[in-house]
Amino acid sequence: MTSKKTTTQQAGDTPVDSDTSFRDAADPKRRRMLVTGASVVGGLGALALVTPLVSSMSPSERAKAAGAPVEADISKLTPGQLLTVEWRGKPVWIVRRTEEALASLQEVRGELSDPDSDQEQQPSYAKNENRSINPEVLVMIGICTHLGCSPTYRPDIAPADLGADWKGGFFCPCHGSKFDYAGRVYAGVPAPTNLEVPPHEYLSDSLIIIGEDGGAAA
Amino acid sequence: MSNNSAGQNSGGQGAGGQGAGGMMGWIDERFPLTKLLEEHVTKYYAPKNFNFWYYFGALSLLVLIIQIVTGIFLTMNYKPDGELAFTSVEYIMRDVNFGWLIRYMHSTGASMFFVVVYLHMFRALMYGSYKKPRELLWIFGMLIYVCLMAEAFMGYLLPWGQMSYWGAQVIISLFGAIPFGIGDAVTLWLKGDYIVSDATLNRFFALHVIAVPLVLIMLVAAHIMALHEVGSNNPDGVDIKKNKNAAGIPKDGIPFHPYYTVKDFMGAIVFLIVFFTIVFFMPEMGGYFLEHANFIPADPLKTPEHIAPVWYFTPFYAILRAVPDKLGGVMAMGAAIVVLFFLPWIDRNNVRSIRYRSLAYKVLLFSFVIAFIVLGYYGMQAPTPVGTLVSRIAALVYFGFFVGLFFVSKNEKTKPVPERVTS
Repeated sequence: MTSKKTTTQQAGDTPVDSDTSFRDAADPKRRRMLVTGASVVGGLGALALVTPLVSSMSPSERAKAAGAPVEADISKLTPGQLLTVEWRGKPVWIVRRTEEALASLQEVRGELSDPDSDQEQQPSYAKNENRSINPEVLVMIGICTHLGCSPTYRPDIAPADLGADWKGGFFCPCHGSKFDYAGRVYAGVPAPTNLEVPPHEYLSDSLIIIGEDGGAAA
Repeated sequence: MSNNSAGQNSGGQGAGGQGAGGMMGWIDERFPLTKLLEEHVTKYYAPKNFNFWYYFGALSLLVLIIQIVTGIFLTMNYKPDGELAFTSVEYIMRDVNFGWLIRYMHSTGASMFFVVVYLHMFRALMYGSYKKPRELLWIFGMLIYVCLMAEAFMGYLLPWGQMSYWGAQVIISLFGAIPFGIGDAVTLWLKGDYIVSDATLNRFFALHVIAVPLVLIMLVAAHIMALHEVGSNNPDGVDIKKNKNAAGIPKDGIPFHPYYTVKDFMGAIVFLIVFFTIVFFMPEMGGYFLEHANFIPADPLKTPEHIAPVWYFTPFYAILRAVPDKLGGVMAMGAAIVVLFFLPWIDRNNVRSIRYRSLAYKVLLFSFVIAFIVLGYYGMQAPTPVGTLVSRIAALVYFGFFVGLFFVSKNEKTKPVPERVTS
């Protein structure tokens, strides 16, 4: 009894006075093999189970299919007016910019963080001074590049809350990011990049399709 | 053999002399009921000098129970569906018998949970309750706090109002700040759609009603087990286990029951009077508990003029806004929470209680609390240049507390700590 006590303690058990003869017959190699084998197979199974669980949280086939292009008629859009259409659940703005608005794009250049639209936030056909196909008409996704709020259209010049230098554009009420009339972000605000221009093309002078450009972006 | 071990258990300390017979005896032979009660209630010796600040642990538990019970009844009528969620909440408010009461208890409970938890955490700061040997106790507590934030955030989406919607949009977008394209993939995965949508609402419901509460309850159990292992701290920060009587009971300890059960019972009743005053007379708390914009159904095309999270998140939200860089802002906000986990190692002084610490420490702690409140205030306001400047200063003070504490605590001139608790 006493001599066996040491072996039981080594095995990590409480030293209880009991019949421990069965332990002498134990085969540690076999035990280790069984534990390792079961751990590997069980571990692989657990890993395999993670895949469908994680994947089930990604957008479903139905959600993916819902991103069809939308058409917008701009014939009734007056200068300075903003039209919002929904594409892939996001607001897309269409603004017919006034002469003053277009002129302001030059005046604010010095205050912007990416005035030449070097970041890939627009298709190639919108990488120009006005960030649009038709200089007058701005087409843009109305989601702030900071944390996804929808900025407010602020055509008013020098309002009290935005300061005397404000020349019109878009202001995000959530975290105070400012954008000019081409959706270019001002320096020193939380938003890191210009607003995104979606792929789009003109079906006629007054009809725009958003979400489709016949591969012109490439 | 099993008889032998059972005999050892009851033979230990006499087990109060009533362990053998009756109903309790029958149960104790099959389940360690008396043993559990003695360990955690009737023979758990807490310091005799607990003060007002020691109510908030028990009150947190009370609010947790209120939230679980009212939450169960809310799910009986709520519909986690993008089309139906908003109207089902209106239905609960208007047509379900006492639905208004159950929902207002749940919404008030959410805010009051943070009230009592913030006071509970402040108590731990004041009396050094996070210090050795209570580091794990503090970490379990911090994990509870993080779970609670996740729980509150996901619960706030469920009414599917404007603030629910855009709040979720902003918080999920925080993950988009992760560089190398990982961020965009993560936000898409979290939303389960290209925008916050029905899919997002459904999964938030699942996480809010089952996943997070389960984790929360397990963490609360771990928190209490850790507390009862090391014993409660007290306003003097004195280790009462150093002075025990012949029976091995701390001389400054009193059994939790009946001394603190009665005290906490009284505190709970006062708390509930305040709680139900809010529920009955000011459930929206002027827009702080239930924000006005949330009475408008979620509209993915229009962000409300002014969006702000509920008050208990605003200190961290103000830190986010104070940094003029997306990734930097998110990291600063995360760091503001993560740094709290390391408090037991940042504070290098052995003296626990504020009563015996230096003026420098008191100034630091006071400015930390002020900074937290100032951040909380500006986090609720629309962004202005002045607000941003003040938030930046307050954010520096917030982080400065930890930096200052690290250095001040090393060679602090403390007052002598008494051997026994003072009354």
